[in-house]
Amino acid sequence: METTSTAIAGSTHATPGFWRQYVFSTDHKTIAKQYLGISAFMALVGGLLSYLIRSQLAWPEKPVAGWGFVGPDSYNAFVTMHGTIMVFFVAMPLLLGAMGNFLIPLMVGAGDMAFPRLNRLSVWTLFVASLVLLSSFFVSGGASPAGWTGYVPLSDVPKYTGAYWGINLWLIALALEFASFLMGGVNFLTTAINMRAPGMTFWRLPLIIWMQVTASVIFLLSVGPLIGGAIMLFLDRTLHTGFFVPGKGGDPLLWEHLFWFFGHPEVYVVALPGFGAMLEIFSVFSREPIFGYRTIVYSTIAAGVLSFVVWAHHMFVSGMDPRLAAPFSVTTILISVPFAIIVFAMIATLWGGSISFEVPMLFALGGLATFIVGGVTGIFLGSEAADIYFHGTYFVVAHFHYTLFPTVIFGGFAAIYYWYPKMFGRMMNDALGKVHFWLTMIFFNAVFIPLFLLGIGGAPRRVYTFEAYNFLRPLQPLNVIATYAAVALLLAQLPFLVNFVWSLARGKAAGRNPWRANTLEWTTDSPPPHGNFTTQPIVYRDPYEYSVPGETHDWLPQNQAEPPAVAVAAD
Amino acid sequence: MLSWLPHNVSTFGGSVDSTISLIYYIVGAWFLAAEGLLVFFALRYRRKRGRSAFYKRGETARQAAWILIPAAVVLCLDLGIDASGASTWHLVKETLPANAVQVQVTAERFAWKFTYPGPDGKFGTPDDVTLINELHVPAGRPVELILRSKDVIHSLFIPNFRFRQDVVPGRTIDAWFESRTPGTYELGCSELCGDAHFDMRGTVMVQDSKDYAAWLHKTWPSAAAGSGKVSAQANKG
Repeated sequence: METTSTAIAGSTHATPGFWRQYVFSTDHKTIAKQYLGISAFMALVGGLLSYLIRSQLAWPEKPVAGWGFVGPDSYNAFVTMHGTIMVFFVAMPLLLGAMGNFLIPLMVGAGDMAFPRLNRLSVWTLFVASLVLLSSFFVSGGASPAGWTGYVPLSDVPKYTGAYWGINLWLIALALEFASFLMGGVNFLTTAINMRAPGMTFWRLPLIIWMQVTASVIFLLSVGPLIGGAIMLFLDRTLHTGFFVPGKGGDPLLWEHLFWFFGHPEVYVVALPGFGAMLEIFSVFSREPIFGYRTIVYSTIAAGVLSFVVWAHHMFVSGMDPRLAAPFSVTTILISVPFAIIVFAMIATLWGGSISFEVPMLFALGGLATFIVGGVTGIFLGSEAADIYFHGTYFVVAHFHYTLFPTVIFGGFAAIYYWYPKMFGRMMNDALGKVHFWLTMIFFNAVFIPLFLLGIGGAPRRVYTFEAYNFLRPLQPLNVIATYAAVALLLAQLPFLVNFVWSLARGKAAGRNPWRANTLEWTTDSPPPHGNFTTQPIVYRDPYEYSVPGETHDWLPQNQAEPPAVAVAAD
Repeated sequence: MLSWLPHNVSTFGGSVDSTISLIYYIVGAWFLAAEGLLVFFALRYRRKRGRSAFYKRGETARQAAWILIPAAVVLCLDLGIDASGASTWHLVKETLPANAVQVQVTAERFAWKFTYPGPDGKFGTPDDVTLINELHVPAGRPVELILRSKDVIHSLFIPNFRFRQDVVPGRTIDAWFESRTPGTYELGCSELCGDAHFDMRGTVMVQDSKDYAAWLHKTWPSAAAGSGKVSAQANKG
C-alpha cells in the first residue's frame, strides 16, 4: 500500500510517524524488540501455566492457590498449552525472532534484513498466531487438552476431547506460527548469505550467525511435512476426511512420523542459537579465541544433517516395526558426538583464559553446566532398550527441560544481558543480574532434579494426580519440593523484570563497546541508528581475535584494518 | 540414583536394567569429568591482575586433538551402548517365546480389558472370560499379550516388569513378558488418552502354580477336566 513517495522518504531516513516507527516498522531492530515483547508476554502465560500444573501435582486434593479448582480436562489443557507456548511462542520468538533479527544484519555488517517488509509481515503473523492461540482458552470446551504433540486420534475426533474449536484454533495458531518463521527463515538465510559486508567471508562469520543459519535451514526443511500433517488433521476435524482415523483407512502412526520428523529437528532449531549466544559470550568474557572455530562449524552442520534421521526415537514403543528401533537408536546416540565436540570446545575455550564473571558470562556458564545434564540424560532415551522403561515418564520431562531451559532460558538471558546495551544503549544492573542468575540456577535445579527421580521411580507424564498410583505415593514429597522450587523459580524472574525496566531509564550509558568485543555490532552506536552503520564496515579479520600476542589491546575488532606498530605474531 | 527404580520382577527386566546401568556409569563419568573441568577452568583461569589470557585457536592438529580424541572416545562408547541396547531390544521386542499363555488386551477409555480364551483355548468362543483392570498370570510362564485399542492410542506400562507398549487403534500388536516372582503389581496407561487418563490403571497378579490353578478353577468352575487342562489348553497357539 505504500506510495512511491513514502518509499523514497523511507529510504532517505526521514523520521517516520509513530506507527511506522514503532508498530509497523520495517527496521530489523524494532522488529527484534517486537519479537522480544511477544516472547516475554507469552513466557508470562507459560510460566503461569507451569504454576498451575505444579500446584495441582503437589496438592491434588486442594484448589490451586489464587486460581481455584483445576479439573483433569483443564489440567490437560494447561500441560498442552504450556508446551505449545514455550516451544513455539517463547523459544522461537526469543532465540530466532529477537536474537536473529537483531544480530544477523548487525553482525554481518548490513543495513537491515534483505526483505524488510517480509520481516514486518513475519512478526505480525506471529502476533496474530499468538492471539489465536490465546483465544482458544476462551472458546467453548476450552483450549486443546491433546498434548503439545497432538497425537491422533485423540486430537482428531472431537468427541474424545470435547474441545472442538480449542484444537482447531491450536492448529490455526501453529500454521500461522510456521508461516511466520518460514518467512523469517528466508530472510535470515538471504541476509546472512547475500548481505555480508566486504571481507566478511563465511569463515569470518560469528558462530551465532552460523547457528542461526543452520537453525533456519533445519526449520525450512523439516516443517513442510508437519504443515501437511496439520492440514490433514484440520480436514479430519472439520470435513471428517479420516487421514488419521483407522476406521476410515487412516493411520495414527502417520501423524507421529510427520510430527516428529519436524518435532525433533525443532529441538536443534531452538538449541543452536542458544549455543551461539553462549559461544560469543565465552570468548568475550574469557578473552580467548573460540577453541576450534571450524570444528564447531562442521559439528553444527553435521548435527543439522543428523537431526533429520533421528525422529523415530520418539516412537520406539509406538508399535512401529521393531526393526526400525536399532537404526534410529544408532543415529540418535551418534548425534551426541557433534554436540560433545561443541561442549568440549566451549570448555576448552575457557582453558588458559582470563575469565570475568559478569552476568552474561554467569548465564552462559550456567547454561553450559545444566545443558551437560540434559545431554547425558538424552542417551538413556536414545537407547531403544532403556527407553522402554523411561519413555513417557517424568524422566523425559526432566531431560527436555534440562536441554531447553539451558539453551532457551539461560542462553536467552545471557544474550539479553549481553546485547541489552547495544539494543537500548544502557547497561543493566550487575548486582540485580547476579541475584537473578543465582536464584534461577538454584531453583531450576531444585525443580528438575526431583523430576528425574520421579521419572526413575516410574511416574508417568501428563497425569492429573499421582495419588492414583499406590507405588507413586511415597514419591509425593518430590512433587512438593519441585512445586515450591517452581514457585521460587518464577519469583526469581522479578529481579530481571525490574532490572530490565529500570535500566531502560536509569542504566549507565553503554557506549559503543562496553564488553570490548570484536564483532561488528560493537563498532556502531548503541543503539545503532536506522541503517545500522554510518559508513560501510569492511572486515579484515576473524571474529574472536582476543589476547593476540604482541597487541596493545586484548581485542581486535573485525573491522580494524592495519595492525598496530607491533607485528602480529603469526599463528 | 538407580536405587529409585522400582523393584524388577520380569525375566527381561534385568536386561533392560543392565543397559540402563551401563549408560548410567558411562554418562555419569562424562558428566563428572565435564562439570569438574568446567568448574576447575572457571576458577583456575578467573581474571587476575598481571596475568593475561593464553592465545590459542584450537585449530592446529595438536590443539584440536584435545577435543577430538575425547569425541572419538564418546563415539566408541556410543557404539557400545548401541550394542547393549540392540540386544536387549531384540530380546524384549523382537522375540516371542513359545508356549506362552495368551491374553487379549483391549484398551478402551478408560479401562484395560483382559480377555482369556477359557478351557477351549480359543478366543471368540462362549467360554471367554474378560476381566476389567485385573490381569492374572502364572509365575514362571511367558505371557503373550495381544494388544488392541477401541478408540485412541494408549500405552500399557508395568513399571516392575520394565514393560511398555503403545496400543494403537486399527492395529494388533503382540508383546510379552514373564515374571517368576509372585505378587501384585500396578499397571497403567502412559499415553495421554483423555481427561481420565490418569485413572486408567489396574493390577497384574503374578500367581504361583497353586494360586493360579485355584484362580482358573474359580473362573471356569464348569471346566470338566479341571484346572490343569484349562492351563494346558490355554497355552495353545
